[in-house]
Amino acid sequence: MTDFEPKIVAFLCNWCSYRGADLAGTSRIKCAANVRAIRVMCSGRVEPAFVLRAFELGADGVLVLGCHPGDCHYAEGNYKALRRMDLLKRTLLQLGVGEDRFRLDWVSASEGDRFSHIVNEMTEKVRALGPFKAKEEAGVA
Amino acid sequence: MPKLKIALYWAASCGGCEIATLAIGDKILKLAEAADIVFWPVAIDAKYKDVEQMPDGSIDACLFNGAIRNSENEHLAKLLRQKSKILIAYGSCAHEGCIPGLANFFDAKSILENTYINTASSDNDAEIIPQTKVLVPEGELELPEFYNTVKTLAQTVDVDYFVPGCPPEESTTWMALEALISGILPPKGTVIAPASTAVCNDCPRIKHEKKIKAFHRPYEIVPEPDICLLEQGLLCCGVGTRGGCGAPCPQANMPCTGCYGPVEGVRDQGSHILTAWASIIDSNDPDEIQKILDGIVDPAGYFYRYSLPDSIMKRARTTP
Amino acid sequence: MRKITIDPITRLEGHGKITIFLKDDGSVANVYLQIPELRGFEKFCEGRPVEEMPQITQRICGVCPEAHHVAATKALDAMFHTEPTSTSKKIRELLYSAFFVTDHTTHFYILAGPDFIMGPDAPVAQRNILGVIAKVGMELAGQVLNTRKENHWIIQTVGGRQIHPVFGLPGGVSKRISEEDRAKIEEIAKRDVAFAQLSLKVFADIVLKNKAYVDMITSDTFTHQTYYMGLVDDKNRVNFYDGKVRVVDPAGKEFVKYSPRDYLEHIAEHVEPWSYTKFPFLKKVGWKGFVDGKDSGVYRATPLSRLNAADGMATPLAQEEYEKMYSTLGGKPVHHTLATHWARLIEILYAAERLLELSQDREITGPNIRNIPTAKPTEGVGIVEAPRGTLTHHYVADEKGCIKKCNLIVGTTNNQAAILMSVKKAAQELIKPGRDIPESLLNQVEMAWRPYDPCMSCSTHTLPGDMPLDITVLDAGGNPVRRLTR
Repeated sequence: MTDFEPKIVAFLCNWCSYRGADLAGTSRIKCAANVRAIRVMCSGRVEPAFVLRAFELGADGVLVLGCHPGDCHYAEGNYKALRRMDLLKRTLLQLGVGEDRFRLDWVSASEGDRFSHIVNEMTEKVRALGPFKAKEEAGVA
Repeated sequence: MPKLKIALYWAASCGGCEIATLAIGDKILKLAEAADIVFWPVAIDAKYKDVEQMPDGSIDACLFNGAIRNSENEHLAKLLRQKSKILIAYGSCAHEGCIPGLANFFDAKSILENTYINTASSDNDAEIIPQTKVLVPEGELELPEFYNTVKTLAQTVDVDYFVPGCPPEESTTWMALEALISGILPPKGTVIAPASTAVCNDCPRIKHEKKIKAFHRPYEIVPEPDICLLEQGLLCCGVGTRGGCGAPCPQANMPCTGCYGPVEGVRDQGSHILTAWASIIDSNDPDEIQKILDGIVDPAGYFYRYSLPDSIMKRARTTP
Repeated sequence: MRKITIDPITRLEGHGKITIFLKDDGSVANVYLQIPELRGFEKFCEGRPVEEMPQITQRICGVCPEAHHVAATKALDAMFHTEPTSTSKKIRELLYSAFFVTDHTTHFYILAGPDFIMGPDAPVAQRNILGVIAKVGMELAGQVLNTRKENHWIIQTVGGRQIHPVFGLPGGVSKRISEEDRAKIEEIAKRDVAFAQLSLKVFADIVLKNKAYVDMITSDTFTHQTYYMGLVDDKNRVNFYDGKVRVVDPAGKEFVKYSPRDYLEHIAEHVEPWSYTKFPFLKKVGWKGFVDGKDSGVYRATPLSRLNAADGMATPLAQEEYEKMYSTLGGKPVHHTLATHWARLIEILYAAERLLELSQDREITGPNIRNIPTAKPTEGVGIVEAPRGTLTHHYVADEKGCIKKCNLIVGTTNNQAAILMSVKKAAQELIKPGRDIPESLLNQVEMAWRPYDPCMSCSTHTLPGDMPLDITVLDAGGNPVRRLTR
């Protein structure tokens, strides 16, 4: 599908990954334009339901990026995210949604490169998988 | 005051909601005083044809239980919506899909092939699968179409009220019937239930802070009688489930499995139970966290036992 | 061909449809009973933790969830190679006995009662629970409701919930019985025994003394000679909770007696494209179609079948009634389908006596209710008698202890071929060339399937036991010529 442009919803934490994304921009690092960023104060703010809603509303992939373990601005927030998102990953796997479409990772404020790398990698993986097409798959309007 | 005309129908269900309706005991006399039952295939002699001939909106209230699994279920849902002033999704199957909704982990093809060909005792070398139209020597026979996805009643037609539970407990059922009889009805779309908070509020077990190093399956341990089951590492869904049931399962020493649906205001029950269980894991070490999570062997099955069709995802995907 | 359709059948197992095809001369060409529903338990249980099966599979039926719950629990015992403790076994059987009392009571009085108590020639308007009450009196009706209520209290107290209990675990049960509750259960059991005896007396007075009715019971129209199946204990007496599956041939001779784990050597399921149900049959005899007799693998698993397959009852009062029934009907086995109603009442008595015995057992309030499994679950079969027939649960586990494969042969499913045959025979005997289709046709077609006690039974408290029947006769051009409704 050469004209399919994946829509990736990315939850970025204010203190690390959002700043990393910013840095990628100001450094003019080549980065796929498929991400729709949603800034949250902490990756620990991300509820599993946000991820599911993103898919329901048309996302082809969902990304959650937080501070590296040990570096969370709120001390524990990213550990909460880790526990929660890992359990969500296992759940999504049973629902037929693999790790290529849903990813949790860590990006610091100084890692513009890393941000771009993750986004580009994910975009290509989702492009290869094709559109998520939530509604058709669910068989309900 | 003229008697209300009430209808009861069951789609893809087990019959437990029929029994539950009558578990209200002596109160059935109050119902009998106030209402005539005009359609109830399990109990009285009205047929589909009779419903079709009723004027639209002539049934005051229909308690519809069961999920929408096939074309006959869908047809009756639409017919009864047309003929009823008030349509109530009674019980977990109609409300959220319930146990039949677990079929949404699979598709119609895999279910049909398994049932008729692959099960251990099936004697079916010809690999016969039931068909919607079959020509027999004498003529033609029809069967309803088995859909790929189980739907809730509200995903099929407009629903006025919901009564949760698998099945609804007596007090929950009576709340709904009393509202109908008195004519004092809540706003449309209300889940009519005695509680809006979690089962934990009903449950008499003592609750402390929960710190889990390991989850246990119910056959692995004998739980302490007075302490919260989740705290002891048992996979209790009560923390993310609407109460009002009286918490009978934890009082029988078994964890809640979630049959009353989500707590008021929560859209997706499963992800809320998920979050609660994740939050009590007592570790920051990624490897240890994985090991603790390994103790939850069927996450999606625990989280969405009763609510898969009504969940945000609605079903497991069959394409990657 | 002309077609008479009865759709839906009501007060049978939920959704069912009968189609009668007529030849040009007006005789019956064939009859099809179609079950239009399927939910797919055998597939969607795959991936579920094995110990959740008692709670998941009991949603197959909300009238007899106890049967699935206990069959599943026994399959778990086998999978984990863990025997339940002596006390927990008794607790399970105690709940199970209370369940049989209430379930059979519901069926006899509300579904079957009008057929029997009012007699085959009674006007249709009286053939319902109100007619039954008028004939037998409010006091008996009150006792019916009370019996149901009290035994459901036992199920709730012992099992956790009144509908969909939760107490089953491999190696035991989750909850003890307190002395206070035990004493109440004992009192209820005594009332149950008295009520069961009263019900048998009602049957004797009202049914057996009505010649027209006795003629109907013993008529060929409602008779099939099939194999019969039921669980028996080590003395070949009826047991609902445990034992081996015994099958006798149409002459009453033991054909096979197998342990649950060997069921696949003996039972297979036939598939037809026009129904979502499967049709179990005896493998060693083979599927020969919808016919009875020694050469057909069709068997029946009903209360009458259980009594036919056993050598007697394990409790004294029930044993007396067992002997009385067989001496009245001319010896064993009894092939008259309508006698199933009688057998059902004898089973109420046995269940009540058993409930009383267990409630008085010194161990029943004991603390030792759990054996903790040490092995990982592998594969297991659990068999119980559901009120409607032998119930088989077979599970295979994966390495995580989740269900890899699941096979279920459910009570009523055993009888699907026989139910169809019974309806067909009744239709053939009653619909004759040149003969008008009488009102009593409606009654008698119902009476052909009602003894099997459908999975979805009606509940108490309500209503008129009218079975809605709507028969439309079409001429060759498809135009309605006659319509009979009730």
